[in-house]
Amino acid sequence: MESLIAIMVGVLVATSVYLMMARNVLRFIFGLVLLSNAANLTIFAAGGLTPETPPLIAEGADTVVGAANALPQALVLTAIVIGFGLFAFALALVYRTYQNLGTLNADEMRIAEPRFESETKAEETSK
Amino acid sequence: MSWYLATPIILPFATAVLAFLFRNTPEGRYISVAGSIGTLIAAVILMGQVLDQGVVAAQMGGWPAPFGITLVADYLSAVMVVITAITGLAVAVYSIGDITERMDQLGFHALFQVLIAGVTGAFLTGDLFNLYVWFEVMLISSFGLLVLGGSKQQLDAGIKYVTLNLISTILFLSGIGLLYGMTGTLNMADLAGSVDRIQDQGTLTVIATMFLIGFGVKAAVFPLFFWLPASYHTPSFAVSAVFAGLLTKVGVYALIRMFTLVFDTDVAFTHTLLLWIAGFTMVTGVLGAAAQTDFRKILSFHIVSQIGYMVLGLALFTPLALVGAVFYLVHHIIVKANLFLIAGVAQRISGSTELGAIGGLYKGAPFLALLFLIPAFSLAGFPPLSGFWAKYVLVKAALEVEGWIIAGVALAVGLLTIYSMTKIWGQAFWKPHPEGYVPTLATLPAGQKLALMTPITALAIMTVLIGVFPQPFVSFAETSAAQLLDPTLYIETVLRLNAPLDAITAPATALPEVTQ
Repeated sequence: MESLIAIMVGVLVATSVYLMMARNVLRFIFGLVLLSNAANLTIFAAGGLTPETPPLIAEGADTVVGAANALPQALVLTAIVIGFGLFAFALALVYRTYQNLGTLNADEMRIAEPRFESETKAEETSK
Repeated sequence: MSWYLATPIILPFATAVLAFLFRNTPEGRYISVAGSIGTLIAAVILMGQVLDQGVVAAQMGGWPAPFGITLVADYLSAVMVVITAITGLAVAVYSIGDITERMDQLGFHALFQVLIAGVTGAFLTGDLFNLYVWFEVMLISSFGLLVLGGSKQQLDAGIKYVTLNLISTILFLSGIGLLYGMTGTLNMADLAGSVDRIQDQGTLTVIATMFLIGFGVKAAVFPLFFWLPASYHTPSFAVSAVFAGLLTKVGVYALIRMFTLVFDTDVAFTHTLLLWIAGFTMVTGVLGAAAQTDFRKILSFHIVSQIGYMVLGLALFTPLALVGAVFYLVHHIIVKANLFLIAGVAQRISGSTELGAIGGLYKGAPFLALLFLIPAFSLAGFPPLSGFWAKYVLVKAALEVEGWIIAGVALAVGLLTIYSMTKIWGQAFWKPHPEGYVPTLATLPAGQKLALMTPITALAIMTVLIGVFPQPFVSFAETSAAQLLDPTLYIETVLRLNAPLDAITAPATALPEVTQ
């Protein structure tokens, strides 16, 4: 079970890295979503995976035996919620950027950091 | 529960809610200032407690450590909380004169106060996952502040800032997950002991490197700093001042905390890596600044170069080096925030931050010129200003361990810093304004001038005071460094709080009731 999850995390990370290499910022954001899911699965697997064993303390006992640690699952839940908020923001930001700049190509996003002084001046005069 | 640990976090949150409710009226900004004063008082009270007891800790929600979330303050945390509150107050006052009514209505003060709460929370928490949550609180509000106003420049910068910071957060989160998988605890004090018992120390070093990269992006170290000069010159000046002062320093704080308390098992590897990072960060930052011709862009690159000095203090890992790192952190926050605030006034009266397009500030506003010289020379390390002592201690620490090269690099970078500062001085202050007029402070309305100049003057005075009377600050940093190198008191204070046994059994007895 753990190795299955591990392979899944690996595939997710590989896919997300591929997506993040793209010039298109939207693809980059999709890559980030996959990467964050890979992180969540990592935490999930770190707590141990025990199918069909509820983490309930038997009557008279003090500790849970043989069940997965439930805490990482709570952590994953928190991380999902936070990640959801962040990606909602990131998507809104990308949409707004597309509206204002008219492009999602990362190479063309040089407004905050113009390449060379002369180049920007040349562009301005050509317009 | 110790209320004085929670108040510096609760107050900014409460202020944020009030400031948001009153965002459409002028009261909003005064609520923000009042809240910042309250936070500063709470921070000073906390500092008093820490000076009295060494380390204070409190368990949130009554769950004993290491199961619940712990808030803990040692000397380093306490001084960072105080300095955060000081910066917060300075920027809150400054923003009365700097932030437009439209940005007020968009909720500037609410986001700003949440940012302060997030930063303070990150300094005070003793729980790793909680640190992640505070990072997120800080990040989401900084995203909002960065793009508030929505100009093309800001959106362009926002994309880079948001995406790169999200990657670092995800790396940090994965690191937390793996570390929990290996140790079974998230409490930092508990982790300090647990990591020594791990059989597989190699994997631990891999996790340490994940944390190093995650925090490294936040701290803007080489080669992970590219988001910083891409974004810090685009938002309003009040925002870039608070970013420049506080945000990267949270990353440095997290590095210092984790790599003294938890990841000190493979110092030969991790801290040598840090040493290389420190050297390259100093050099690339200062060279980047030398190539720039914009007031704020130069200052942004200097943040990167100065981060290198703090990381150097951590990397050398001797008592004296940590003294230097702590001293540097405190001095740098004041100086850097102040320089950005001054850049804001310079832009306001002379029309631009592009050095070629401005000038004549020395002739027209000699007071501003004097106020610029203090933090600028302090940044470059001129005696007797605060930056001199910070650099002096660090270079001495490097020489003590016979790190001749790194000491040479630190000194050379200091020299190049002077080059950048004289460039700003020569271009913005000395040469006549290209459009022929003389920019003066008199063009600002009286109320606005007061709001802008008061925080700058106050921060400059603090820089001078730290420089002229460094002894109390150095001895404070010495205690702080001693606590970092020997965290016994920290660990005991956090974990001893399990003492009341009934507190441990209480949740266990509560469980059967739930299952019935």
